[in-house]
Amino acid sequence: MRIMVAIKRVIDYAVKIRVKPDKSGVETSNVKMSMNPFCEIALEEALRIKEAGRASEVVAVSVGPAQCVDTLRTGLAMGADRAIHVEFPGTLYPLSIAKILKALVDAEKPGLLLLGKQAIDDDCNQTGQMIAGLLKWPQGTFASKVVLDEENKVATVDREVDGGLETLCLDLPAVITTDLRLNQPRYATLPNIMKAKSKVIKKLTPQDLNVEIRSDLEVVQVTEPPKRKAGVILSSVDELIDKLKNEARVL
Amino acid sequence: LSTLILAEHERGAVKASSLSVVEAAKCLGEDNSISLLLAGSGPSLQEAAAHAASCHPSISQVLLAESDKLAYPLAEAWAKLVHVVQQKGSYSHIIAASGSFGKNILPRAAALLDVSPITDVTEISGSNLFVRPIYAGNALSTVRYTGSDPCLLTIRSTSFPLGPTSAPSVCNAASVDKVDLSTLSEDDAIGKSKYISLSSQETDRPDLGNARIVVTGGRALKSAENFRLLEKLAEKLGAAVGATRAAVDAGFVPNELQVGQTGKIVAPELYMAFGVSGAIQHIAGMRDSKVIVAVNKDADAPIFQVADYGLVGDLFEIIPELLEKLPEKK
Repeated sequence: MRIMVAIKRVIDYAVKIRVKPDKSGVETSNVKMSMNPFCEIALEEALRIKEAGRASEVVAVSVGPAQCVDTLRTGLAMGADRAIHVEFPGTLYPLSIAKILKALVDAEKPGLLLLGKQAIDDDCNQTGQMIAGLLKWPQGTFASKVVLDEENKVATVDREVDGGLETLCLDLPAVITTDLRLNQPRYATLPNIMKAKSKVIKKLTPQDLNVEIRSDLEVVQVTEPPKRKAGVILSSVDELIDKLKNEARVL
Repeated sequence: LSTLILAEHERGAVKASSLSVVEAAKCLGEDNSISLLLAGSGPSLQEAAAHAASCHPSISQVLLAESDKLAYPLAEAWAKLVHVVQQKGSYSHIIAASGSFGKNILPRAAALLDVSPITDVTEISGSNLFVRPIYAGNALSTVRYTGSDPCLLTIRSTSFPLGPTSAPSVCNAASVDKVDLSTLSEDDAIGKSKYISLSSQETDRPDLGNARIVVTGGRALKSAENFRLLEKLAEKLGAAVGATRAAVDAGFVPNELQVGQTGKIVAPELYMAFGVSGAIQHIAGMRDSKVIVAVNKDADAPIFQVADYGLVGDLFEIIPELLEKLPEKK
């Protein structure tokens, strides 16, 4: 079985972001970029499934500007066998990404598609669900445990939901989106980084895949959230209880 | 304007988060006819329908989809249900609360309808203009929907609190109509997923998402046993218990208590954080709380930058003192 993993290049999670003064977006030039942490978890899960002998190949795919190649190289250094980059320089929303991924799935025919549950830049949490809908595949979102049963061609998925942990059984092929507690992604070692340089990254464009990019969304402005007023440091529990009772009036 | 609300129900009643969606729908504009879609099977669905018909004066119609295929919240069947209902009703907007239920189903439904959904909306500035947080709440993005109907949204229920007009009224009961489900099984994905189980912790404490007071513990609590101390405090205050990602990862408490960017978003009247350092991902989940109290040994912890009241000290001394000195809850 082949596993496809979709990965996104985002501002590194440790960077404190800055909103551009003209409100057109968030400053991304001269900012450290990395693989979206949830995508790392998705890729790690695919690699573990392959290492357990339950998959033959892991294909990493990314859609976006030319620099996505760097993110795919990281994925190859982690252990993906090959990569596909669908290059598009402009703004892409999840519906277009899902259509591109569907075209890639139609061509590559993976038995499992893994994605992070959301990207930490736009926090959309949509792409996995949308591609599953387009493919008419079952979906297991927010997964914290994945068990494959090849004989019966099903995956059992524990999902982190508001009420606790939900367990689903999905017929394969399926789409699974990964939550934080699924695994701890590995670091790429130096020998593997070197090895990754000779792995293949195939280049495509949305036109190659017959996907028309159109947008029904428009970002009007991006602003900073209102700041909370600086508070006070109190000296005792008595003072805290007094403030909560008589100043904030919440007790 | 006409809005379809994908509602959740529990024990024969519409969930409070779904009623917040009604409040959000009212912000879209005047003359919005609001229909509430309830699905499931069995007697609790009928009870929920009766509740839905009279629980909010702005609901003009309740749509009832009864099928064994909808007995559990499986995205494959529910997304198709939204598709089926939209084809009949041609709504201008379809909205769900931004919980794990709505986030799982609504984007899938959007793909079936070939439209872009807008998730996690915190402010509605017009029928097609919405504000949503990005980068864990470190920026706010204003988005205009320029596509064709319907416009699909999930909204943060904490941003659309129930107003005083939402009190139960008996004067205008909404009509309850059954949904024709004959085309539901057209989607091949239905039946490819099976619901196995839900494991959750039973508790008498209020629900984390709607509690008036939330007390949260971080890694500094050090163990599951020490979390009991926090639970005692919660009982005394009538509060819900929350936790940071670090505390959940360390196994002190189950995942459903996590507050943050990827956990629950809360906005209680009083949020008390004990031993919480204040990572941006955590602050993203609680920054809209009205009053924030932080207790931490480290005077430089970032949590103090968002706290209204801070106490620098050992939580293992401060919590017992609070337990002793706080008034009994009313």
